[in-house]
Amino acid sequence: MEIIDRRRNPHGKNLENRQRVLARARAAVARATRSAIDQGTLREVGRDQAVTIPADSLHEPSFHTVFTKGKRQVVLSGNKEFSTGDRLSRPPGGRGGSGSGDGQGSGGDGEDGFRFVLTRDEFLDLFFEDLELPDLVKNQIVATETMAPIRSGISTDGAPSQIDMARSMRQSMARRIGLRRPKAPEIEALEAEIAALAESGDAPDRLLELRAELASALQRQRRVPWIDPVDLRYRRFTQVPKPSARAVMFCLMDVSGSMSEQMKDLAKRFFLLLHVFLERRYKHVDLVFIRHTETAEEVDEETFFSDPRTGGTVVSTALAEFMRIQRARYPQDSWNIYAAQASDGDNSGSDTQKSVGMLENDILPLVQYFAYIEVGTMAVIRGETELWRGYHPLSQRNGRLAMSRVSDRRDIFSVFRQLFARKVQA
Amino acid sequence: MTEPGLLYDGTDWDFRTLQRSYDAIERIACEELGLEVYPNRIEIITSEQMLDVYTAHGMPLTYRHWSYGKRFLQHESSYRRGYSSLAYEVVINSNPCISYLMEENTATMQALVIAHAAFGHNHFFRNNHLFRQWTEASAILDYLEFARGYVAACEDQHGVAAVERVLDAAHALSRHGVHKHGGARPLNLKLDQKRERERRDYDELMFDDLWRTLPGAKAKQTTDTVAERRRRLGLPEENLLYFLEKVAPRLQSWQREIIRIVRLIAQYFYPQPQAKLMNEGCATWVHQRIMTRLHETGQINDAAFLEVLHSTSNVIMQPDFDHPAGGPGFNPYALGYAMMSDIERMCIDPTEEDRNWFPDIAGNGDPLGTLRHAWANFRDESFVLQYLSPAVIRRFKMFRLLDDTSESTLLVDAIHDDAGYRAIRRSLAASYDPAVHDPDVQVVDVDLAGDRRLMMQHRTRPGQLLAQRDAEATLRHVAALWGYEVRLQEVDSETDAVLATHTASPPAA
Repeated sequence: MEIIDRRRNPHGKNLENRQRVLARARAAVARATRSAIDQGTLREVGRDQAVTIPADSLHEPSFHTVFTKGKRQVVLSGNKEFSTGDRLSRPPGGRGGSGSGDGQGSGGDGEDGFRFVLTRDEFLDLFFEDLELPDLVKNQIVATETMAPIRSGISTDGAPSQIDMARSMRQSMARRIGLRRPKAPEIEALEAEIAALAESGDAPDRLLELRAELASALQRQRRVPWIDPVDLRYRRFTQVPKPSARAVMFCLMDVSGSMSEQMKDLAKRFFLLLHVFLERRYKHVDLVFIRHTETAEEVDEETFFSDPRTGGTVVSTALAEFMRIQRARYPQDSWNIYAAQASDGDNSGSDTQKSVGMLENDILPLVQYFAYIEVGTMAVIRGETELWRGYHPLSQRNGRLAMSRVSDRRDIFSVFRQLFARKVQA
Repeated sequence: MTEPGLLYDGTDWDFRTLQRSYDAIERIACEELGLEVYPNRIEIITSEQMLDVYTAHGMPLTYRHWSYGKRFLQHESSYRRGYSSLAYEVVINSNPCISYLMEENTATMQALVIAHAAFGHNHFFRNNHLFRQWTEASAILDYLEFARGYVAACEDQHGVAAVERVLDAAHALSRHGVHKHGGARPLNLKLDQKRERERRDYDELMFDDLWRTLPGAKAKQTTDTVAERRRRLGLPEENLLYFLEKVAPRLQSWQREIIRIVRLIAQYFYPQPQAKLMNEGCATWVHQRIMTRLHETGQINDAAFLEVLHSTSNVIMQPDFDHPAGGPGFNPYALGYAMMSDIERMCIDPTEEDRNWFPDIAGNGDPLGTLRHAWANFRDESFVLQYLSPAVIRRFKMFRLLDDTSESTLLVDAIHDDAGYRAIRRSLAASYDPAVHDPDVQVVDVDLAGDRRLMMQHRTRPGQLLAQRDAEATLRHVAALWGYEVRLQEVDSETDAVLATHTASPPAA
């Protein structure tokens, strides 16, 4: 008998198989991730997520029978009251008092939905599949602030800590061979021979010759150093600009009386989605919440979503607040700036032109992307709103402004996808 | 302080404890019970590794396929959510016999599962005729290693998708990849491998009937009679994978080899469901006996023995038919253990009834010999038919229902009384007949003169047609391997009337 402790064996034997399942059911899993979002688990987005996919996509068929008609006998345990000849009504479900080992309903496919847990990364990968941030690359290059050193070969001077020992020794060896520096064993051999001759006393000519040779060898050894400053080689680094990995996301929302809780909820979902999406691309994402009625103010997330206000609507105040905060804290050259505005579309008439002007002249040049979503309830069928009429021509002129309408939870994701769908390169 | 004579005290264990327990258990198993076992290897694993083992049907390694990932995800998900706990052990029918023990087990549980798996199951694997006949315990690990390597090599060469298509199709037919009547020939996977390959080379050389009918090669008119053709093709053939591997005209040799791998592994697993009741009953009876003896001889203390009793009684729980956890079918641990304990009782302390029913064994005074004989020579169906006693029927309060779909009610046609014992025993035994679970699907003919359509037949048992969607999906897999159209007829096995027909064409290449 032998006892083997396998606990330290490599784990994750089934990772590969697991990946294959996901690949096989990719379409179904992607659908499931999206419906998981739609069903209101947004707070959990980004944690490990359980999803359920229809078993169909992973079904393994086989030939098996189902009992359809005729007679069969089944032995059961636990008789409490029956005698031979008793008749029992069929239990609901209609498959005999018992079902049977192979009874799987008339369709014959007994498996239910298939539920499993995706890791955060798997989930988000599937969730944001095919989406990308517009103009990401271009702006990353523009927005260069930090520098990072990268290796760029070898140089002959530098800091001692950057000495490349192997290369330096190679240089030294080449130089020693090139200048024929006597090696230590050669000198030892000469000394040994001299000592032997001096002791025995014969061949004095030879002894003199050897002594001269030794003297010249020693001199040469002194003159050609074992290692010389010219041998030294240093690793060289150059500073290259690194795209800024920071982003700031401005959430602008109308919190005036006309915005119902439901509309705010829709807006919130959209903001959170955008936040998670940005977090995938940037190491660091700042959030700025600006709410406005007739005036605008920066608030924290809690207040932003929960504290109701009443009042009229002046959109340009929020845009002005946006500009103020951006100037004060988020210089364009070191931050990637995104903004999302949610509103029911109301604005005081005189303000709309002003807002559009601010947007076009001040804000759009700063931001990577400005998403405007208009939230409304299904019940209200409305024509174009004030803001929509104002923004729409602008969005035609400027690709950085994207706008869309959302009227139901279920639409959030499709609207999001529509706004961020990967553009086919022309 | 550990009392003298105790193997361990408390719940913690270390490798010395395991060794001591093993030695004590081995002494009882081999000297008192006379068990014969393969050499044991005990491996300690974590819960995650246990999930891996589950995934591969308890095998230590398999080739890569998504279906294993699926099972892994299923088990993992239900384990994580606390719906199911993992087994305390898994044992592999191999030589040496490998038992996996979970690291979380207590010292008592480790001793119990050593007795259960390393001696109970191990003895059964080594001695039961089904396992001796169908599986080559010493070759299986090597063969799995070969299979894994071969499939991986094919994936490199032909692409994962191409290999997956063949594996998917072969898996769908794996229950029809077994020589059920191969009988006496022990399956030596190593030799088999070489010999079969030679034979296939020969077949490929000689067998070109399927191609001889190509238009253009205007050979002699095919004058085969049906009988002649069937004889040459070896039809009818119920081993679908075997037939496809040998005869399917459009498969490449690596595809045949993969079918063969699936087929041989299916063959290896073939005995397991047929002897599940006995296997679990044997292991449970053995562990219970060994742990009792350890307690009687003062090698484990009362607390440990209580844990054993608690664990065993959980395992052998049989919920009633109307219990939510119950339902059709018997817990193999419960029924197996009950029948074996009953055999022991009858050998030592028979009643008049036992003498009438089991004159051969009642009062023979040799329960161990009787049990060893049963373990070696029966499978579930025959074991129940032979040994299910009225006492056990009464204990489980068994009754039989007649389900006639033309009636609106179910009829209780036998209960645990004199009139019912035999009927119940016959029906229960029949429910363990492997033919109940595997429909009789065979290849019956190939249309050589026409479009090479493969003709298959399902000889139905009364009232039992194939589940349609699954049958058609499976048939598409058959067509993919065969390369031409496939037709499956479901016929009444008595009247030969055709009850249903399914056809499938291979996917467009």
